[in-house]
Amino acid sequence: MSISTYVIRRLLLLIPTLIGITLTTFVISHVLPADPVVASLGQRAQDDPSIVGRYKHQYGLDKPLPVQYVIYVKGILTGDLGISISSRRPVMDDIKQYFPATLELSTAALLISLLIGLPLGVLSAVRRDRLLDHLARLLSLVGISLPVFWLGLLGSIVLWYHLGLLPPPSGQLDRTITAPPTVTGVVLIDCLLNWNWTAFVNALWHLILPATVLGAYTLGIITRITRGSMLEVLGQDYVRTARAKGVPPRTVVSRHALRNALIPTLTLAGLAYGSLLSGAVLTETVFSWPGLGYYATQTAGAADFPAIMGVALITAVIYIIINLIVDVLYVVLNPQVRLN
Amino acid sequence: MSIDVTAARDDVSLQDVPEPQSTQRRAWRIIARNRLAMAGLVIVILWVLLAILAPFVTRYDPITSQDAYNTLSGPTSTHWLGTDDTGRDVLSRLAYGGRASLGIGVLVVLAGMLIGLLLGGIAGFTGGALDELIMRLADIVFAFPIIVLAMAVSAALGPSLTNAAIAMIVVWWPTYARVVRGLVLAIREREFVTAARAVGASEWRILLRTVLPNTIGPVVVLATLDIGNAILTVAGLSFIGFGVPPPNPEWGAMISEAQKYPDQWWMFVFPGVAIFTSIMGFNFFGDALRDALDPRTR
Repeated sequence: MSISTYVIRRLLLLIPTLIGITLTTFVISHVLPADPVVASLGQRAQDDPSIVGRYKHQYGLDKPLPVQYVIYVKGILTGDLGISISSRRPVMDDIKQYFPATLELSTAALLISLLIGLPLGVLSAVRRDRLLDHLARLLSLVGISLPVFWLGLLGSIVLWYHLGLLPPPSGQLDRTITAPPTVTGVVLIDCLLNWNWTAFVNALWHLILPATVLGAYTLGIITRITRGSMLEVLGQDYVRTARAKGVPPRTVVSRHALRNALIPTLTLAGLAYGSLLSGAVLTETVFSWPGLGYYATQTAGAADFPAIMGVALITAVIYIIINLIVDVLYVVLNPQVRLN
Repeated sequence: MSIDVTAARDDVSLQDVPEPQSTQRRAWRIIARNRLAMAGLVIVILWVLLAILAPFVTRYDPITSQDAYNTLSGPTSTHWLGTDDTGRDVLSRLAYGGRASLGIGVLVVLAGMLIGLLLGGIAGFTGGALDELIMRLADIVFAFPIIVLAMAVSAALGPSLTNAAIAMIVVWWPTYARVVRGLVLAIREREFVTAARAVGASEWRILLRTVLPNTIGPVVVLATLDIGNAILTVAGLSFIGFGVPPPNPEWGAMISEAQKYPDQWWMFVFPGVAIFTSIMGFNFFGDALRDALDPRTR
């Protein structure tokens, strides 16, 4: 099977999954007990049958469920995720507004975990059972066991409240700093585009703790996997051959072993990026970071089902797309995998 | 991974079938020698004991005992771990809170494991359309971020202890279904399954009595490593207000209540340490269990 056939097959297989995803969000928002009419209309309006009737008619809620589902999917296909009950704006507009902050946070988290986790994992494998290896393994175990919201809270209490080293956990910029005009929505980039150094440094200052906290778990896993695959590769015959031929140890590690050891790590990093993008809910809540997760908790608390289902739908679609890209890259990078 | 490794692995598990006792004993000996694993086990047992023996550890009720003269007090001889903003004893809330955090965590994993065993078993054993249906369903649940989906279910059903558990079980089973299906696909081709069929056992009986029991080892390892995740999710959901509702004690909920009091360190340090150490305990033990049961690392 050629790579393009593989991609097309995978894309076709996405269709039933996408239908299932929309069915799930539809059932949770339209069929489960919480009545959308009760949530959207005030108590007085609910007592008036004519208002309720007009509302139901306007949103197609008086039609049978299968028809409602078709209307729902038609909406999604045209980028219409409904109107948020709490913000009274189209859910799609809300998501466009909140997404860049999540993108910024999770990209920074992934970068931090790769920059620390990769070298740490490699060194840990090369110096197996020495002090550094023990420390790295302990760090990765701590990283995957720490509750992210607790780490965030401790971090901001110590570094902001007690030591005053970092800004308070309240969003992306100090209140005294005027935000740069929105171009991309990613604050750091917008600051640069606007040549606003003060805001850029401030935004970086606000980003560092939430990104580290969010990246802690990924850092733990990346260190672990890199160490594991590096150990496996270092034990293989071709590495021994290279050593026997007199290739310097440093070159064996960096040129011969690392390339093969990186495949599992990169696959993992891709998958981790997908879950970072969608799973930053707790970190964003602790730091009042105005991203999708923050939006999700705010709207779910208000039983704003169009909004929360919009977030669920978008994050699920992002997740399966990233998954697909990772799988395809894996096949491209790893000639040992045969497509059948 | 070279071919001989997989062959050796197959060999070992074949020999294991008639003598499960010796495998278990050997695995236990390996784990008992692992100091980290034993430390993990001890930590977990201590938290479980504190939760079970809560009424004997403290005389304060976690919800109704409010010491109005001692609100936000640090650790003293009357309140060993201090009190919160309404004068409730932190040790008492920690002990009773363990029942919710650890209890729901274990319950969710057990339920997810049972559903996964059954659905994954049916999918792998019968194949065909049923297999497709079950695995596509697993894909769909997988695609949603656990917290967001659990939040939505809990918002739809209303916040309560039971609904938090239901919301989590709904999203928890697919991992197990996938793993079990993979194992069953290999097991169903083995001779002892053919033998069971030859003596006239019904398909259901073969699945439940012959095939599924052989998947238990890897599934238990997965579950042990997974309990930490489940505890983390219960605590996280409660932290953002979609898990155990106030005033019920739960570790994540306690940290959420403590957010407003950065000077009262005892309010957020103790429940955090409880979550952190119990998850680490399960991870230490689970890692050792996996190493002991996985023939490749012997």
